[in-house]
Amino acid sequence: MTGNYKTWPMILLLGIITVPLVLMYVYLFVDTVTNSAPGSLVPNEITGEHWRFLWQTLPGRPSIWTATFNTFLFATVTTLIVLSVSSTAGYALSRLNVPFRAFFLAGVMVLHAFPTVTLIIAIFLILQFLGMYNTLIGVILVKASLELPFGIWIMKGFYDTVPWEIEMAGIQDGASRFTVWHKLVLPQVMPAISALGIFSFLAGWSEFILPLVLAPDNKVQVLSVYLAALIADDNNFDMALFKSVGVFYVLPVIVLFLFFQKRLMSIYGGGTKG
Amino acid sequence: MRILLKNFGKSFGAVNVIENLNLEIHDGEMLALLGPSGCGKSTTLFAVCGIHKVTAGQILFGDRDVTHVPSQQRNVGVVFQNYALYPHLSIAENIGFPLKIRKESAAEIKRKVHEMADLVQIGALLDRRPAELSGGQQQRVALARALIRRPDVLLLDEPLANLDAKLRLEMRSEIRRIQQETGITAILVTHDQVEAMSMCDRIAIMKQGQIVQIAAPMEMYDNPVSDFVAGFLGNPPIAFVDGALTGSVFESSGIRIELPSAAQRNGGPVKLGIRPENFQPEFPQKVSGEVTFVESQGRETLYDVRLDDGQILRSIQGHAVRAGVGERVSWGISPDNILIFDEKGARL
Ligand SMILES: Nc1ncnc2c1ncn2[C@@H]1O[C@H](COP(=O)(O)OP(=O)(O)OP(=O)(O)O)[C@@H](O)[C@H]1O
Ligand SMILES: [Mg+2]
Repeated sequence: MTGNYKTWPMILLLGIITVPLVLMYVYLFVDTVTNSAPGSLVPNEITGEHWRFLWQTLPGRPSIWTATFNTFLFATVTTLIVLSVSSTAGYALSRLNVPFRAFFLAGVMVLHAFPTVTLIIAIFLILQFLGMYNTLIGVILVKASLELPFGIWIMKGFYDTVPWEIEMAGIQDGASRFTVWHKLVLPQVMPAISALGIFSFLAGWSEFILPLVLAPDNKVQVLSVYLAALIADDNNFDMALFKSVGVFYVLPVIVLFLFFQKRLMSIYGGGTKG
Repeated sequence: MRILLKNFGKSFGAVNVIENLNLEIHDGEMLALLGPSGCGKSTTLFAVCGIHKVTAGQILFGDRDVTHVPSQQRNVGVVFQNYALYPHLSIAENIGFPLKIRKESAAEIKRKVHEMADLVQIGALLDRRPAELSGGQQQRVALARALIRRPDVLLLDEPLANLDAKLRLEMRSEIRRIQQETGITAILVTHDQVEAMSMCDRIAIMKQGQIVQIAAPMEMYDNPVSDFVAGFLGNPPIAFVDGALTGSVFESSGIRIELPSAAQRNGGPVKLGIRPENFQPEFPQKVSGEVTFVESQGRETLYDVRLDDGQILRSIQGHAVRAGVGERVSWGISPDNILIFDEKGARL
């Protein structure tokens, strides 16, 4: 912040612009714990009934805890796959003499550019054929492979910044190629690993289209699908309930953001400082 | 451990960097690989430690042929130009890393790390990270890490290039001391002739992938095989004067010198190499010219003298300034110390 111009008019302006947004958030929270008379904006009673989904299973829906567990499993396993494949594939593309390296990199890029929706019918058919339709593992594999191009590119970029001499020094010190990667190089790209991990987790947590199409069953339902089903159900439409589930759904994301803000930023910073 | 390079060659794809190079480094010797940028010094070094695969010839450590032995099994310590310390490990862990790879016991590693740290005098820094050390300290750590597993051979790739002038001076004698204390065979790559001359037992001068001359520093200074070698050693550098030799008389449009020890050549074009210390006011064979440049280096003063035909001679003299820019002087050359080269640069 320079002293050349006063900051308060700026802050005021930004404040005014953000008021509607802030209000929306405030009402989102307020509505989940209160009731208000129809047509009124001011709540007239405090209630816990909108959060009843936590202790009772809604008719025709899976238990919220099943859905939460599924979402968690989906996001975590996707992240683990993305991390392990990206961290090794990125290294190979950055350092080893891979045949067709340029072709690989370009191909990975093209894959990343493909909108998921265009692939979904083909993926649906393949999963159907493999008997993995309506299974978590099927949709996890699909999500992970769609996340991989980004992960591989990010990791390759980070590996490229690790000095070549560090590896040579490791080899000279008697370490095998694998030990060098594991003990010397991987720690240098740790910021990228953690950032990529958080990104993948969040992407998995918020993924909607894939589970909706590929794993819609109650047993394997994730929160995003659960939430969408609520609003799609015209018979028992309950806006406050929908909002409460929504808040429940984003809470972990917000917590994660608060905890890992710095690390998330490092993916744009690059490099080995940390 | 004696190192022998036999008909060694290295090419990168179609680019032939080194062809048919033969080099022997004696046991316990420190040899300098000296040469201009891009002549293949690092390439040679990396072939010795196994980072580069050799494309022709053999490399022997003692009697053992290591040409196709992987780096990990060669027992070579390397100090890289930028030190290549492991940034995420403490200094102690850095130095101990080679031993950890060998799975030596923690107590043993600790003992040896302390011993090494004392040798390179960084005992107080063991808990820090590399980023928290100065350049000179990092350099000592790199040296300690290279030495800790008692390698047969120590390779140093421009180890002093990143240090400031004063530290460089200090580390020069420091590295030499450690090399002599450990009695290890070492190769020092450098393009700084002062470093090569002051630190090493012998110097190998390289040019375009070839070794031009190998000799002890003073021997090489006094008896260079070519103008290239003569020009590489000595600071301020030797001055060359083109002219023709008739009998034992050298003549160019600017000067005429009687050469007592000259090879007899009639009318051939030659090149004289005259070092700054051999061009002094009191020397016998006078030549005259105009002072074009005076540089005071404190203890000494350096003069450039332009002869009448435009060629330049350099003189280095004591502290007192004896001539200013533009002044005409008539100073002498000591004929015994003149180096004579033929037109291709080979010593006569
Ligand atoms: N990986 C490579 N691929 C192709 N050419 C290379 C490669 N490495 C080095 N060279 C070439 O080999 C030659 C010698 O390189 P080298 O690094 O040995 O030079 P050097 O003597 O160490 O120079 P400097 O003093 O600048 O470090 C150079 O012309 C360089 O361009
Ligand atoms: Mg080099």
